[in-house]
Amino acid sequence: MKISKKANIGKDCVACGTCVRYCPMKAIEIERGTIAIVDNDKCVGCQKCMKVCPANIITMEEESLC
Amino acid sequence: MLRLKKPWYTYLWIASVIYLMLGFVNILFAWLGLICFTIPLFISFRFGSKAYCNHYCGRGQFLELLGETYGLSRKRVPPKFLAKKWFRYGFLTFFMLMFLNMLYITYLVFAGQELNEVVTLLWTFKVPWAWGVTHIVAPGIAQFAFGFYSVMLTSTILGLLTMFIYRPRTWCVYCPMGTMTQMICKRK
Repeated sequence: MKISKKANIGKDCVACGTCVRYCPMKAIEIERGTIAIVDNDKCVGCQKCMKVCPANIITMEEESLC
Repeated sequence: MLRLKKPWYTYLWIASVIYLMLGFVNILFAWLGLICFTIPLFISFRFGSKAYCNHYCGRGQFLELLGETYGLSRKRVPPKFLAKKWFRYGFLTFFMLMFLNMLYITYLVFAGQELNEVVTLLWTFKVPWAWGVTHIVAPGIAQFAFGFYSVMLTSTILGLLTMFIYRPRTWCVYCPMGTMTQMICKRK
Protein backbone atom coordinates (compact mmCIF):
# COMPACT_ATOMS: atom_id res chain seq x y z
CA MET A 1 0.00 0.00 0.00
CA LYS A 2 1.30 3.46 -0.95
CA ILE A 3 0.61 6.57 1.16
CA SER A 4 0.17 9.92 -0.55
CA LYS A 5 -0.35 13.36 0.96
CA LYS A 6 -3.15 15.60 -0.30
CA ALA A 7 -4.08 19.16 0.60
CA ASN A 8 -7.06 19.52 2.89
CA ILE A 9 -8.83 22.90 3.13
CA GLY A 10 -10.19 23.76 6.58
CA LYS A 11 -13.73 25.07 7.16
CA ASP A 12 -12.39 28.53 8.03
CA CYS A 13 -11.25 29.14 4.43
CA VAL A 14 -11.83 32.79 3.48
CA ALA A 15 -11.84 32.08 -0.28
CA CYS A 16 -9.16 34.69 -0.97
CA GLY A 17 -7.82 32.65 -3.88
CA THR A 18 -4.13 32.75 -2.95
CA CYS A 19 -3.79 28.95 -3.03
CA VAL A 20 -5.47 28.86 -6.46
CA ARG A 21 -2.84 31.16 -7.94
CA TYR A 22 0.10 29.31 -6.42
CA CYS A 23 -0.99 25.70 -7.08
CA PRO A 24 1.37 24.39 -9.79
CA MET A 25 -1.11 21.65 -10.72
CA LYS A 26 -4.16 23.93 -10.95
CA ALA A 27 -5.84 21.52 -8.56
CA ILE A 28 -7.66 24.14 -6.48
CA GLU A 29 -10.64 26.30 -7.30
CA ILE A 30 -12.98 28.58 -5.39
CA GLU A 31 -16.48 27.22 -5.14
CA ARG A 32 -19.14 29.94 -5.51
CA GLY A 33 -17.08 32.49 -3.57
CA THR A 34 -17.32 30.53 -0.34
CA ILE A 35 -14.50 27.99 0.00
CA ALA A 36 -11.52 26.57 -1.89
CA ILE A 37 -11.84 22.96 -2.99
CA VAL A 38 -9.04 20.60 -3.97
CA ASP A 39 -9.22 18.12 -6.82
CA ASN A 40 -7.51 15.13 -5.19
CA ASP A 41 -6.79 13.58 -8.57
CA LYS A 42 -4.67 16.56 -9.54
CA CYS A 43 -3.10 17.34 -6.15
CA VAL A 44 0.46 16.04 -5.86
CA GLY A 45 0.90 17.08 -2.23
CA CYS A 46 3.65 19.64 -2.94
CA GLN A 47 2.49 21.72 0.07
CA LYS A 48 2.82 25.01 -1.82
CA CYS A 49 -0.77 25.98 -0.96
CA MET A 50 -0.16 25.19 2.71
CA LYS A 51 2.87 27.48 2.77
CA VAL A 52 1.18 30.46 1.11
CA CYS A 53 -2.28 30.27 2.72
CA PRO A 54 -2.70 33.57 4.63
CA ALA A 55 -5.42 32.02 6.79
CA ASN A 56 -3.23 29.07 7.78
CA ILE A 57 -6.08 26.61 7.33
CA ILE A 58 -4.57 24.15 4.82
CA THR A 59 -3.19 20.88 6.13
CA MET A 60 -1.80 17.78 4.44
CA GLU A 61 -3.77 14.62 4.90
CA GLU A 62 -2.48 11.17 4.23
CA GLU A 63 -4.39 9.16 1.72
CA SER A 64 -3.77 5.51 1.03
CA LEU A 65 -3.45 4.45 -2.57
CA CYS A 66 -4.07 0.74 -2.99
CA MET B 1 0.48 47.95 -29.88
CA LEU B 2 1.61 47.35 -26.31
CA ARG B 3 1.26 43.71 -25.36
CA LEU B 4 1.14 42.79 -21.69
CA LYS B 5 2.88 39.63 -20.51
CA LYS B 6 0.23 39.07 -17.87
CA PRO B 7 -3.53 39.78 -17.90
CA TRP B 8 -4.46 43.46 -17.50
CA TYR B 9 -6.03 42.93 -14.10
CA THR B 10 -2.75 41.77 -12.56
CA TYR B 11 -1.58 45.39 -12.81
CA LEU B 12 -4.43 46.82 -10.74
CA TRP B 13 -2.03 47.30 -7.83
CA ILE B 14 -0.81 50.37 -9.72
CA ALA B 15 -4.29 51.90 -9.36
CA SER B 16 -4.17 51.26 -5.61
CA VAL B 17 -0.79 52.97 -5.28
CA ILE B 18 -1.94 55.94 -7.39
CA TYR B 19 -5.07 56.22 -5.23
CA LEU B 20 -3.03 56.40 -2.02
CA MET B 21 -0.74 59.02 -3.59
CA LEU B 22 -3.66 61.12 -4.84
CA GLY B 23 -4.90 61.44 -1.26
CA PHE B 24 -1.72 63.36 -0.48
CA VAL B 25 -2.27 65.64 -3.49
CA ASN B 26 -5.92 66.41 -2.82
CA ILE B 27 -8.13 64.68 -0.30
CA LEU B 28 -11.14 64.91 -2.63
CA PHE B 29 -9.68 62.05 -4.68
CA ALA B 30 -10.57 59.85 -1.70
CA TRP B 31 -14.06 59.60 -3.18
CA LEU B 32 -12.61 57.32 -5.87
CA GLY B 33 -12.15 54.71 -3.14
CA LEU B 34 -15.86 54.01 -3.26
CA ILE B 35 -15.05 51.93 -6.35
CA CYS B 36 -13.30 49.43 -4.04
CA PHE B 37 -16.48 49.21 -1.98
CA THR B 38 -19.11 48.99 -4.67
CA ILE B 39 -17.51 46.67 -7.26
CA PRO B 40 -16.87 43.70 -4.90
CA LEU B 41 -20.39 44.02 -3.48
CA PHE B 42 -21.87 44.20 -6.98
CA ILE B 43 -19.91 41.12 -8.13
CA SER B 44 -20.90 39.08 -5.09
CA PHE B 45 -24.56 40.11 -5.27
CA ARG B 46 -24.87 39.68 -9.04
CA PHE B 47 -22.63 36.68 -9.68
CA GLY B 48 -22.24 35.06 -6.24
CA SER B 49 -18.49 35.13 -6.58
CA LYS B 50 -15.42 36.52 -4.87
CA ALA B 51 -13.83 37.30 -8.23
CA TYR B 52 -12.85 40.75 -6.95
CA CYS B 53 -10.74 39.29 -4.13
CA ASN B 54 -9.44 36.50 -6.34
CA HIS B 55 -8.42 38.58 -9.36
CA TYR B 56 -9.06 42.31 -9.20
CA CYS B 57 -8.13 43.55 -5.72
CA GLY B 58 -5.32 46.06 -6.23
CA ARG B 59 -4.52 46.19 -2.54
CA GLY B 60 -4.12 42.41 -2.30
CA GLN B 61 -1.88 42.47 -5.37
CA PHE B 62 0.19 45.28 -3.88
CA LEU B 63 0.68 43.37 -0.61
CA GLU B 64 1.64 40.26 -2.57
CA LEU B 65 4.09 42.25 -4.68
CA LEU B 66 5.80 43.73 -1.63
CA GLY B 67 5.76 40.54 0.41
CA GLU B 68 6.46 37.95 -2.24
CA THR B 69 8.32 39.65 -5.10
CA TYR B 70 10.25 42.17 -3.01
CA GLY B 71 10.64 39.84 -0.02
CA LEU B 72 9.33 42.31 2.56
CA SER B 73 7.33 39.65 4.38
CA ARG B 74 8.79 37.50 7.14
CA LYS B 75 6.30 34.81 6.03
CA ARG B 76 5.61 33.60 9.54
CA VAL B 77 2.62 31.34 10.10
CA PRO B 78 -0.37 33.62 10.86
CA PRO B 79 -2.31 32.96 14.09
CA LYS B 80 -5.35 30.76 13.51
CA PHE B 81 -7.76 33.14 15.27
CA LEU B 82 -7.50 35.58 12.33
CA ALA B 83 -9.57 33.19 10.19
CA LYS B 84 -12.09 32.33 12.89
CA LYS B 85 -15.64 33.58 12.39
CA TRP B 86 -15.78 35.43 15.70
CA PHE B 87 -12.73 37.49 14.79
CA ARG B 88 -13.65 38.17 11.16
CA TYR B 89 -17.26 39.12 11.88
CA GLY B 90 -16.18 40.99 15.00
CA PHE B 91 -13.71 43.04 12.97
CA LEU B 92 -16.35 43.62 10.28
CA THR B 93 -18.79 44.89 12.93
CA PHE B 94 -16.16 47.18 14.46
CA PHE B 95 -15.21 48.44 11.00
CA MET B 96 -18.83 49.14 10.09
CA LEU B 97 -19.45 50.96 13.39
CA MET B 98 -16.45 53.19 12.70
CA PHE B 99 -17.75 53.73 9.16
CA LEU B 100 -21.18 54.74 10.48
CA ASN B 101 -19.49 57.11 12.91
CA MET B 102 -17.65 58.66 9.97
CA LEU B 103 -20.96 59.07 8.10
CA TYR B 104 -22.48 60.73 11.19
CA ILE B 105 -19.61 63.23 11.36
CA THR B 106 -20.14 63.92 7.64
CA TYR B 107 -23.83 64.53 8.35
CA LEU B 108 -22.96 66.98 11.15
CA VAL B 109 -20.73 68.96 8.77
CA PHE B 110 -23.53 69.03 6.19
CA ALA B 111 -25.73 70.35 9.00
CA GLY B 112 -23.40 73.25 9.70
CA GLN B 113 -20.56 72.00 11.88
CA GLU B 114 -17.06 73.16 10.93
CA LEU B 115 -14.98 71.04 8.55
CA ASN B 116 -12.35 69.03 10.41
CA GLU B 117 -9.31 68.74 8.15
CA VAL B 118 -7.65 65.71 9.72
CA VAL B 119 -7.00 62.13 8.65
CA THR B 120 -7.52 59.71 11.53
CA LEU B 121 -5.14 56.77 11.45
CA LEU B 122 -5.97 53.49 13.21
CA TRP B 123 -9.14 55.20 14.51
CA THR B 124 -6.95 57.06 17.05
CA PHE B 125 -4.21 59.28 15.68
CA LYS B 126 -5.38 62.54 14.14
CA VAL B 127 -3.00 63.75 11.44
CA PRO B 128 -3.46 67.36 10.23
CA TRP B 129 -4.24 67.23 6.51
CA ALA B 130 -4.98 70.87 5.76
CA TRP B 131 -3.70 70.96 2.22
CA GLY B 132 -5.45 70.38 -1.04
CA VAL B 133 -8.32 72.33 -2.50
CA THR B 134 -11.39 71.58 -0.43
CA HIS B 135 -13.25 74.88 -0.80
CA ILE B 136 -14.48 74.02 -4.29
CA VAL B 137 -17.03 71.60 -2.83
CA ALA B 138 -19.51 71.66 0.06
CA PRO B 139 -17.77 71.10 3.44
CA GLY B 140 -19.75 67.87 3.94
CA ILE B 141 -18.38 66.41 0.71
CA ALA B 142 -14.84 67.26 1.81
CA GLN B 143 -15.51 65.80 5.28
CA PHE B 144 -16.56 62.49 3.76
CA ALA B 145 -13.31 62.47 1.76
CA PHE B 146 -11.27 62.96 4.97
CA GLY B 147 -13.20 60.18 6.70
CA PHE B 148 -13.05 57.79 3.79
CA TYR B 149 -9.36 58.36 3.21
CA SER B 150 -8.82 57.65 6.93
CA VAL B 151 -10.55 54.28 6.45
CA MET B 152 -8.46 53.47 3.36
CA LEU B 153 -5.16 54.54 4.89
CA THR B 154 -5.87 52.72 8.16
CA SER B 155 -6.66 49.46 6.36
CA THR B 156 -3.54 49.88 4.23
CA ILE B 157 -1.41 50.29 7.37
CA LEU B 158 -2.97 47.18 8.93
CA GLY B 159 -2.42 45.30 5.67
CA LEU B 160 1.23 46.35 5.50
CA LEU B 161 1.83 45.43 9.16
CA THR B 162 0.38 41.95 8.86
CA MET B 163 2.09 41.52 5.46
CA PHE B 164 5.42 42.25 7.13
CA ILE B 165 4.86 40.09 10.22
CA TYR B 166 2.98 37.14 8.69
CA ARG B 167 2.26 36.17 5.09
CA PRO B 168 1.87 38.71 2.23
CA ARG B 169 -1.92 38.58 1.95
CA THR B 170 -2.76 38.15 5.64
CA TRP B 171 -4.94 41.27 5.36
CA CYS B 172 -7.26 39.31 3.02
CA VAL B 173 -8.13 36.98 5.90
CA TYR B 174 -9.80 39.70 7.98
CA CYS B 175 -10.52 42.29 5.26
CA PRO B 176 -14.07 43.55 5.98
CA MET B 177 -14.92 43.62 2.27
CA GLY B 178 -13.76 40.02 1.89
CA THR B 179 -15.83 38.96 4.89
CA MET B 180 -18.86 40.79 3.56
CA THR B 181 -18.61 39.38 0.04
CA GLN B 182 -18.10 35.84 1.36
CA MET B 183 -21.15 36.28 3.58
CA ILE B 184 -23.20 37.37 0.54
CA CYS B 185 -21.92 34.41 -1.51
CA LYS B 186 -22.85 32.01 1.29
CA ARG B 187 -26.36 33.46 1.54
CA LYS B 188 -26.82 33.17 -2.22
